[in-house]
Amino acid sequence: MSREQYTIPTGSQQTFGAGGSSGREYAADSVGTVMYYTCGDCAVRVPLEKGAPIRCQKCGARVLYKERTKRCVAAHPMVQFEAR
Amino acid sequence: MSRVQPSIEELERRKVVGINEWTVTDVTSTDFPGHYPGEDHAWDIEKIRDALHIEFHQNDPLLASFSLIGTDASIANAFRRIMIADIPTLAVETVFINNNTSVIQDEVLSHRLGLIPFKGGREGLDKFLKWWKKPEDDEDPSYFDYNTVKLSLNVECTHNEDAAPGETDPTKLYHHAHVYARDIVYEPIGRQSQYFSGENAIAPTNPDILIAKLRPGQVIDLTMHMHKGVGSDHAKFSPVATASYRLMPTINVLHPILGADAEKFAKCFPQGVIGLEKVTKKEAAQKGSGYEGHEGELKAVVKDPMRDTVSRECLRHEEFKGKVKLGRERDHFIYQIESTGQWDSDAIFLESVAHLKEKARRLEQQVVNMVR
Ligand SMILES: [Zn+2]
Repeated sequence: MSREQYTIPTGSQQTFGAGGSSGREYAADSVGTVMYYTCGDCAVRVPLEKGAPIRCQKCGARVLYKERTKRCVAAHPMVQFEAR
Repeated sequence: MSRVQPSIEELERRKVVGINEWTVTDVTSTDFPGHYPGEDHAWDIEKIRDALHIEFHQNDPLLASFSLIGTDASIANAFRRIMIADIPTLAVETVFINNNTSVIQDEVLSHRLGLIPFKGGREGLDKFLKWWKKPEDDEDPSYFDYNTVKLSLNVECTHNEDAAPGETDPTKLYHHAHVYARDIVYEPIGRQSQYFSGENAIAPTNPDILIAKLRPGQVIDLTMHMHKGVGSDHAKFSPVATASYRLMPTINVLHPILGADAEKFAKCFPQGVIGLEKVTKKEAAQKGSGYEGHEGELKAVVKDPMRDTVSRECLRHEEFKGKVKLGRERDHFIYQIESTGQWDSDAIFLESVAHLKEKARRLEQQVVNMVR
């Protein structure tokens, strides 16, 4: 999945995604090093493995966007806005 | 000291705000002590009780219209302002956005969500739900079933495989191309299910409010917290779409307006304000009435001045000069209260009366403390 998999090079294992859906997704995607991106052309979800060419598998576009993070910062469960 | 008692005609005259072609006269009330020498205008509960009078014109859940007669503008305006700014309602206050890939930005989406009016069981809103205090920087937020209502909105736009070939309407081509207020899901917490279930559930008053438009692959996934608030904090908490009043218009026909002039005169006003009647034999026989020799002709009569918008159109025409006097009754307030759905429109006014009473009671206590 996303940045949750990322291990800081020093070797210290950090776990993110304490609450909500992000925790479950983390567990499900933890096998393999697949990252998902969004195609800039056709908006399809593109799984990319490490070292794979940056290219949409459906339309061939070379512009891919990173998905919005699901990472949780301590005490702030997610992005919070005031409805004002 | 002897008191002068003004005549009833004089009192009626003082009540009228004059409306001329270019000017408005006598806008302030004069029924206070010391304005007229020798007259007693001291505040008296009995006098006010006798003078006050309420007449309902329309009373629907979402729209009430009534006349409040015999009170001062300061009181009438206090009710109006309390209705707009002081009566609490429940509205979306915080939005937690998990994902939003729609073209509408998180901030704008949150703002739109805040403005959606919601309804819910009256008992729960009044008695069960309490105020929520925004936490200070070093405080932990306190979210409980009695101060927070949780909602969620989770929609994803997908292609509709069953769409007809060549279809161009996005609502048929895709699932969830439009996100409406009815897509918001209420999630009861704790004791809330006792108060907000079935027809008392918290739901948008207007389920057809468009929140956002999506295209395939776009997602909106968020949860919301609603809290009680007042309109003075943010307009989203105001229980009224509008609460306003206008003064009762008066139209006095001083000299008879007859024939074609009468028809033209009627056209100067909204429909139903001026009626056309035939001059009777009796009127025509009366000397000095202005109707002599006009029996059977049409004359303009004032039917329903309340419907007048006071456009002053009739004052622009030469033929009506000096024949008509426009005005407004200073102590006749025609309220129009449009509820956003959380309260019944008439209950909003009753609540404003209770609020004013409570404010007065608090002030009284302060004054008592002051002289102590
Ligand atoms: Zn693509």
